[in-house]
Amino acid sequence: MFNIFKIALRNLTRYKRRTFLTASLITVGVVFVLVFIAVTGSFKNMMIGQITDSFVGHIQIHKKGYLASIDNLPLTMNLNPKELKKVEKAINETAGIEAYSKRIKFGGMLSNFVETTNIRLNGVNPEDEVKTVPLLSSRIKEGDKTIREGEILVPELIAKGMKVKVGDTVVVIATNKDGSVNGKQFKIGGIVESATGPGGRDGYMHIKDAMEVLRMEEMDISEIALRLSDFSALHQVYDKINRILSKELNKAGKPVFEVHTWEKLSPFFNIAIMIDVMTFFIKIMLIAIVLVSIMNVMIMAVYERIREIGTIAAIGTMPEKILLMFLLEGFCLGVLGVLTGVILNSGVLYILNIIHITFDFGRQTGLILSPTIDLPDIFIISAIVIVVSVVASLQPAYKASKMEPIDALRHV
Amino acid sequence: MSLVTSKNVSKTYITGDIKIEALKGLTFEIEPASFVSFVGPSGSGKTTILNLIGCLDKPTDGTLKVSDTDISHLNRRMAASFRGENIGFIFQDFNLLPVLTVLENVEYPLLMVQNIPSDERKRRVMDLLDAVGMIEQKDKYPDQISGGQKQRVAVARALVTKPKLILADEPTANLDHKTAYMVIDIMKKMKDEFGTTFIFSTHDQKIVGEVEVIYMLEDGELADRHVKGG
Repeated sequence: MFNIFKIALRNLTRYKRRTFLTASLITVGVVFVLVFIAVTGSFKNMMIGQITDSFVGHIQIHKKGYLASIDNLPLTMNLNPKELKKVEKAINETAGIEAYSKRIKFGGMLSNFVETTNIRLNGVNPEDEVKTVPLLSSRIKEGDKTIREGEILVPELIAKGMKVKVGDTVVVIATNKDGSVNGKQFKIGGIVESATGPGGRDGYMHIKDAMEVLRMEEMDISEIALRLSDFSALHQVYDKINRILSKELNKAGKPVFEVHTWEKLSPFFNIAIMIDVMTFFIKIMLIAIVLVSIMNVMIMAVYERIREIGTIAAIGTMPEKILLMFLLEGFCLGVLGVLTGVILNSGVLYILNIIHITFDFGRQTGLILSPTIDLPDIFIISAIVIVVSVVASLQPAYKASKMEPIDALRHV
Repeated sequence: MSLVTSKNVSKTYITGDIKIEALKGLTFEIEPASFVSFVGPSGSGKTTILNLIGCLDKPTDGTLKVSDTDISHLNRRMAASFRGENIGFIFQDFNLLPVLTVLENVEYPLLMVQNIPSDERKRRVMDLLDAVGMIEQKDKYPDQISGGQKQRVAVARALVTKPKLILADEPTANLDHKTAYMVIDIMKKMKDEFGTTFIFSTHDQKIVGEVEVIYMLEDGELADRHVKGG
């Protein structure tokens, strides 16, 4: 084997320019794909992190049908204390949940005594909310980075439009579950930055204040956001808690609850899917580049060495050794391209991380792109290229191994 | 017992509607450790009979035995294996592998065909390179040595597996007079030393003058058999 390998390597060095050009083509393809995966992957992960850690959380639980009506923020579809207890029991029974936050979501009117506008609000327990969506604190641009009773966090766009600032007094008016209207005066405790995704332009208040505005005697919860200790276990945790909660049926035999991962809650998931599809097609392009270039080179190599093939076959070399000789040549070309590509890719990623490329997404500006690539991705791409290199060499190698020595020796 | 036995061997090539009878019922025997040549004009069938004896081609008719093995019906793999074990080849154009050094070219059949252990392999290669006077050039590549030197390396490569039979198709055609005699001398020496049978296909009078048995071919038929001193 070593000797066949040695001959294969020597044959590659025999046509230096051709080997260099083919390996360079593979290298460029590998670098392109790895950098693309690194850049799009880090963009995707960053955006998912922004969306889940700013507001959405990893998983949300609602009363069945709430999500379909979420634009209306219906108070009639909140979870009553009995149902909430069942959900909390399921959460406690499910491993891998780091924190959860109960939210009362409602729509209301915000008035600064001069102007009035509509506002979407979340009544939350600040400690639970920050544990569940840790980027909330960093989104509070002005004021103390917390939510106190009697205070409201106003979204920055509304604050700008109504020209209100921290410390100003405003009134929130809302219709409760029974249809009666109630209002409460609040002090602006902070201005909250907009975030990409659903709920990214909502205001916040303490959950007790929300209950007071809505005249709730008992805590009726609109949604429960969950944060997992390991994001990669998203679907396992989802399956488990969904299995538990789907057993809860109402009198009509229909499920009481609905559980959704962030993927169902944010439109960014479709962009993430698009990125994955693009990555897939880029990989296909790489395969095509490697396949065509290696096959071309190996067909040339066989054609140029017909008499040599005839000689070694006449001497008594078995067809499988001739096959292996050419397969190894393709393999070595692939390995050469991959190794150079991986090394160059590290350099390109290092430079990209040094120059700090920033980008805007939605209302978020100045996001810094820090492309990194995981070892498994490098191994997968390397394996694809090497396997394709061998596959591309298969036909020419097979042809070489099947040559009749007498015909090959006659070749001029 | 004869090393090569040919009984009514014929070879016909069919190209489209054209039928060419390259060999017509050849019957002959070649003894072990002999120096034999097939001579004749171009197209007389010299190379064809060498190809048949070398298991590179199959006769259309007749029986051809080498070392008591009927080689007329060997399949591709069996033929390759038989060649590797029993037959050495010397080509007109030397056919050395350009990516291997002189030493590696001679070593190739032992390594890739016969799987001989390293120590034995090195010893055999060095002995043969010494015998053909190429030990000094062992690390050179084929493009760094002369035509005569290449043919000496080819002789060493053919002999290294200790074959019973060496087939040489016009081995001196690309060599000058002096070098041709040097190569013929080496082959004679090897024949005497190792008891190997050499079968040539040639019209080179230098070889014809040195061989023990001459088979004269004309239009695919054996026209004459001449034994020196016979």
